[in-house]
Amino acid sequence: MTDVYVVGTDMIKFGRFPERSVPELGAQAALMALDDCGLTIQDMQALYSGNLFEASGGVGQRILREIGQTGIPVVNTANACATGATAFREGWMAIKAGVYDIVLCVGSEQMGTGLLGGAGGGKGIPTEGLLGSGTMPSVFAHVGLEHTRKYGTTFEQFAKVSVKNHHHSTLNAKAMYQKETPLEEVMGAEMISYPNTKLMCSVNVDGSAAAVLCSEKKAKELGLMKRAVKVRASALSSDPYTSRNIAMMDFNAVTRLAAKTAYEMAGLGPNDLDLIELHDCFATAELVHYENLGLCKDGEAGRMIDSGETQLGGRIPVNVSGGLLSKGHPLGATGIANIYEVTTHLRGEAGSRQVDGARIGLTHVVGAGSACAVHILEKV
Amino acid sequence: MSVSADTAPPKSVVPFLKVKGEGAPYLAGSKCGKCGEVVVGTRDVCGKCGNRTSLEHIKLATTGKLYNYTVVHRNFPGVPVPFISAIVDLDGGGTLKGNLLEVEPDPAKIKFDMPVKVVFRDAGRKDKEGNSYLAYFFVPANKA
Repeated sequence: MTDVYVVGTDMIKFGRFPERSVPELGAQAALMALDDCGLTIQDMQALYSGNLFEASGGVGQRILREIGQTGIPVVNTANACATGATAFREGWMAIKAGVYDIVLCVGSEQMGTGLLGGAGGGKGIPTEGLLGSGTMPSVFAHVGLEHTRKYGTTFEQFAKVSVKNHHHSTLNAKAMYQKETPLEEVMGAEMISYPNTKLMCSVNVDGSAAAVLCSEKKAKELGLMKRAVKVRASALSSDPYTSRNIAMMDFNAVTRLAAKTAYEMAGLGPNDLDLIELHDCFATAELVHYENLGLCKDGEAGRMIDSGETQLGGRIPVNVSGGLLSKGHPLGATGIANIYEVTTHLRGEAGSRQVDGARIGLTHVVGAGSACAVHILEKV
Repeated sequence: MSVSADTAPPKSVVPFLKVKGEGAPYLAGSKCGKCGEVVVGTRDVCGKCGNRTSLEHIKLATTGKLYNYTVVHRNFPGVPVPFISAIVDLDGGGTLKGNLLEVEPDPAKIKFDMPVKVVFRDAGRKDKEGNSYLAYFFVPANKA
């Protein structure tokens, strides 16, 4: 089977664009990614479009109305917070299978503002706040406090994740925010669901990101190998059975499963990675994923954030883009925005936030329900 | 003859809380005859091992231990805050999420593994037709 390469990728600056449509946002990123590799929509053999909130609305086809209706096959994906990554993976798989040589993958989302999730609805009476809480801040508060229960991880350690990622975003013009948030400010912000304060929750933003994927033969034909980044692994998992999963969503087992699959596929391990973009939808989530992705041993995530190992300049920088916490989290776009970030570093084009000498990077998204995607990229 | 909403017995807030028939309300669960896993809800296939021939429908325990929690300070409009969203491991199997009552909503006052009891009370919310609902809650075992 052929190797698959990212030959073009870009993302729009994340923000709030209520006056624009989802296809308009997606089209903008699509054209930017095509421009990044000097190609046009006429060169693309298929489109994979990730979007969650308009999942029945044919977003991919509507993107083509904005950038050129060439009649190519369109696949629309919806897979929780792994929606964009799933679109990317479907494109990867089609090239792996030899069906296409070159495809376009786009993720786009308009979020609005406010709490996501919440239990109940449908029949009877709403159960949010009656049978516990199913809001996303609460779900991920449970994730964090389970770590506290096991290892004594503190509110302050979780808060440090937000300090770090907000700091990183000051170096990223495409992030929603470019603002330092000192520890006292993070810990003193409005408490949403303990231990997640408002500044420890990802930002609901509108955004889009896109990538052009290509077979090795096609990339060579087009003369695009110089900036090409190889997809060393693409893994997708659903939540395997664990005994508390129905009451308390388990984002650990599903992530460990995808990570194991990805490491095996790439023939690599956590020690081979130079940078990581992982799913910090809440500050509590980032710490558990240090362990789920094997960046440290179980129980060491608190020590890891204390030591600064995951800051830019540290042993293994995590979320140098600013992460979902500060770059923002437009659900369907996030997976491909992570690919853009890692690719940009592997190309040595990340400017002031460049991870020096980055050669191999990993992206991770995990969505409620659950769906986890892990990709490993390498500059060859 | 129709029964008016005022005099009708309360409905159940979730399918696994059984309120109809004889006896006290109870939480319904399932036990797999093959792997022994106990889960909340009436199921005919075991999510753990896939067995679909020998699932026993059981009544779950009304005692358990607090596995995990969060104190919720911000929620949707109309939902009273703060409250404790609790994850409880029931004695004998099954894990359930619900509100923990009669404990101060302060992390310093909430202890992992504290024994709790399941109680059944009016939900305090009615549907559009004015029907009452019975819900389950957790309270500290020493207060029940």
